Amino acid sequence: MTTSRDTSSDITLLSAAAAVDAIERGELSAGELFEAYRAAAAGDELNAYLWVADEAPAPAGQDAPLRGVPLAVKDLFCTEGVPSQAGSKILEGYRPPYTATVVAKLAAAGAPLLGKTNQDEFAMGSSNENSAFGPVLNPWDRARVPGGSSGGSAAAVAAGSAPWALGTDTGGSIRQPAALCGIVGLKPTYGTVSRYGMIAFASSLDQAGPLTRDVTDAALLLKQMVGHDNRDSTSIGFPGEIELPRSGSLKGIRLGVPEELSGAGVGIEGGVLDAFNATLKLAESLGATVETCHLPHAPHALSAYYVLAPAEASSNLARYDGVRYGRRVENGGLVGMYTKTRSEGFGREVKRRIMLGTYSLSSGYYDAYYGRAQRVRTKIADDFRTAFAEFDFVVTPTAPSVAFELGAKTSDPMSMYVNDYCTVPMSLAGIPAISIPNGLSDGLPTGFQLCGPAFSENRMLEAAYALEQATGFEATGARIHA
Amino acid sequence: MTATAEFEPVIGLEIHVQLSTKTKMFCGCALSFGEPSNTLTCPTCLGLPGTLPRANAKAIHFGLMIGLALGSELAPRSIFHRKNYFYPDLPKGYQISQYDEPLCRGGQLGDVRIHRVHLEEDAAKLVHAGSSGRIHGSDASVVDFNRGGTPLAEIVTEPDVRSAAQAREWLTLLRTTLRQLGVSDVNMEEGSLRCDANISIRPVGSTALGTKTELKNMNSFRYLERGVNAEIARQETLLRSGGHVVQETLHFDPQTERITSLRSKEEAHDYRYFPEPDLVPVSTSDEMLAAARAAMPELPAAREERLQSLGISAASARQLAWRTELGDYFEAALAAGNPPVGAPIQPLANWVCNDLVRRVGEEDPNASQVTPAALAKLVGLVSEKALTVSNARLVLDRLVADGGDPAAIVEALGLGAMGGGDDVLDPLVDAALAANADAAEKIRSGNMKAIGAIIGHVMRETKGRADGAEVTRIVRHKLGL
Amino acid sequence: MIDREQVLHVARLARLELTEDEVARMSAELSDVLGHIEKIGELDLDGVPPTTHVVEVSNALRPDEIEPSLPCEVALANAPAVAGGGFLVPSPQADADPS
Ligand SMILES: [Zn+2]
Repeated sequence: MTTSRDTSSDITLLSAAAAVDAIERGELSAGELFEAYRAAAAGDELNAYLWVADEAPAPAGQDAPLRGVPLAVKDLFCTEGVPSQAGSKILEGYRPPYTATVVAKLAAAGAPLLGKTNQDEFAMGSSNENSAFGPVLNPWDRARVPGGSSGGSAAAVAAGSAPWALGTDTGGSIRQPAALCGIVGLKPTYGTVSRYGMIAFASSLDQAGPLTRDVTDAALLLKQMVGHDNRDSTSIGFPGEIELPRSGSLKGIRLGVPEELSGAGVGIEGGVLDAFNATLKLAESLGATVETCHLPHAPHALSAYYVLAPAEASSNLARYDGVRYGRRVENGGLVGMYTKTRSEGFGREVKRRIMLGTYSLSSGYYDAYYGRAQRVRTKIADDFRTAFAEFDFVVTPTAPSVAFELGAKTSDPMSMYVNDYCTVPMSLAGIPAISIPNGLSDGLPTGFQLCGPAFSENRMLEAAYALEQATGFEATGARIHA
Repeated sequence: MTATAEFEPVIGLEIHVQLSTKTKMFCGCALSFGEPSNTLTCPTCLGLPGTLPRANAKAIHFGLMIGLALGSELAPRSIFHRKNYFYPDLPKGYQISQYDEPLCRGGQLGDVRIHRVHLEEDAAKLVHAGSSGRIHGSDASVVDFNRGGTPLAEIVTEPDVRSAAQAREWLTLLRTTLRQLGVSDVNMEEGSLRCDANISIRPVGSTALGTKTELKNMNSFRYLERGVNAEIARQETLLRSGGHVVQETLHFDPQTERITSLRSKEEAHDYRYFPEPDLVPVSTSDEMLAAARAAMPELPAAREERLQSLGISAASARQLAWRTELGDYFEAALAAGNPPVGAPIQPLANWVCNDLVRRVGEEDPNASQVTPAALAKLVGLVSEKALTVSNARLVLDRLVADGGDPAAIVEALGLGAMGGGDDVLDPLVDAALAANADAAEKIRSGNMKAIGAIIGHVMRETKGRADGAEVTRIVRHKLGL
Repeated sequence: MIDREQVLHVARLARLELTEDEVARMSAELSDVLGHIEKIGELDLDGVPPTTHVVEVSNALRPDEIEPSLPCEVALANAPAVAGGGFLVPSPQADADPS
């Protein structure tokens, strides 16, 4: 395999921020860059893309802040006239009549649509094996999964077929694949990025975020994503602006390490734990203090999540009924059409979660499941508030393991669900969290997660940037292995 | 239960009112008034993937006004819930409604207590294909989403209604109240006011509640009364023959007056309500409350009281207050009355409630050719005795047909009263007595009925312009009575 | 734990049709997941308010102003079956189970 590439000849090796600068300085043309990525995306061998643009869109104004650096977008986002299928057969060929707010915002900011990326069906999954359009392969090792549900976006960025990508995170769907692919993934504070046009999985948890090669790119993309949208009632925007990180210092930063999410008996893989501890040492060397903290209800987060998310999903996915769009299978009367359409249109995991959610909302079970899970959610948010009174950030390994082999966990739902163990608590609390690559374990990347209070994105990006500089993880590393 | 037991119906009403906002409950589409199908839709009200609802501020405002009008407690915080079920007229597979935290709770209107008022979105229209047009028997349907998402206020009463007639009368009061509020067209035939009734019966004297049925589709006041009566009768027959009432949803067919079962409630309607995560809570702020209060017009109950205090009879006051447009017309006429005499108040009320209503029927008199000022003038002429009542009715006929000024019509047709002067009437009465000697004799001998012939003669001669009372007085005088 | 009958009932509510194999598998898998989930039953949550919305916002209301609607042909463009300007569906009344 190739061992090195010359950045002067391969413009796809530039980070997005570097490409923006190069275009700004007139050293690179946006059209040329788009074409280079379009070709890379069209030639993708990881099944990361479900659709790739035929040609560059009309030049998006050289003055736009993102200068025409193209963007890969998870299939979950609606894009006018372009297939938006949420990785599902039930939406096969569906072309929406409108574009999601965040995609439109980014296009207006100069990040045109490069392609739509593969994902777990309706964002339900942690390995991308639940896509109706086949699994995505991990660019570090094609026998392994890229993580999920934003697996296509993560793989595309890691493999260099996209400079950056949009993903969505409900319980870890940005952070976990970012970790497994050795890139940066950020889930913003719930409400800072509009959900309008993002096909819903679990409305109270879904949040769009960037998957990028480094922390600077994440900040650069997020800066253009946040903002209040009156099409989304739960949208609050971001107070102030997202700033690009510069300092590289961790002086005086207090990091809390929750026993419940990283201690012994939690089931974190040895190599992942080693990398995590090495990063903590590094943080201390950069001036941070590291102490154990407690999130007493975090061990229950996964349970609460697997009540709340499937319940909302069971309702959100009721609209796929074969009447107005998508697949339809006739079968006698109306109920026959409904059941046939949905049974053939949805994949196994989606059906499992619809069943789980329908059950927990059904008569007689609401209080024991949904009602209780909402209360657990309150406690988890309280735990974080308590922790943030003492610590600037709470840090954990992003995922309990490195990328696992395709098919390794498909037969046992619970073994798949525990992939979200460290990422779900932040989702329930609605707080921002970022995963940065912090090393390799057996040649596969590991992820380090930082989370902070709501709207702490700027401080969080600074801290992540400092660690990134110190770890010196090679953003294009996957290509050496590919 | 003995066959002779007397039963008492226990009825609660659930009223759905389409609100007169400009746009739908959760999107910016205009409300539909018979536009071609599926021309008033957007990604949100079609339930397209990725879309989100946005609550209409005006609908909340109208909901608060309804709550104020019904004396409800307005919730400082209320939330929307999802009611989950599959039906082709429900694009998202759930209806956004309110559940255990509604906008308004409690209250009372007339003799019926209010349980709650909440907001929700209307379903789309499902047109059953096939020739019969009836619900049963066709095998395909077409969905039109124009109506889908229209804001609805659902008003639920306590089971305080005891007869079909009371249901009808109370619904009339509610309709007037809502119309007066300006929050809805409240037209039953067009579906902007829809009423379902929960009906049970129990032996008189019992306080327990019997099994109730839910009767739907009573799309006029007449059908409401008939439907409720039919269901009460059905339940009575059932109980008297030793059967029992099954809790179910029923459909009343106004053509055949038959009641048929729609679906059995036993068949697990499990709506799986949960808080709508796409919407945030509604916090009724002081500003919102103040705006709702400021928008409140005088309501029928208050108007009825005020009109009575002006000296109007109870019956007229109720009629004027409960038919808002009649009350408005009356008050305009009262204000336009020509000083110093003007139109005396009770006669004016009578003219509006009786003579005018007889001529314009259910139409709004404000839209008729008869201006309130013209009616006031007409009534004024009668009270000044410048026009007899029967001629005034002729003038009103002309006003209804062509409009115009009553005085000018009187002038043109020569209908003006002759006044009481003996100089004018004396010779006419003399002539009438001479020409009707038989009648004159009968009157002398005490048969006052015979005076009709004399008056009739004078009226013919004067084309009705003579004052009948004055003629009577002169006749009695001349005959020495 | 969730038995065969419950699985069938929930599937009916969700408008899903399961083969016999799927019913058995679903019963086992859901029971396993619910077994984990039910641990939240051990927590003392008395007096803890439920979190309905993690965002502290209220009254995100929209002014009552008309926005353009879609042309009919766009609204119908993705429909599997149309007739007379509307979405064609099998009649609900033809079903034995109209709930
Ligand atoms: Zn609409």
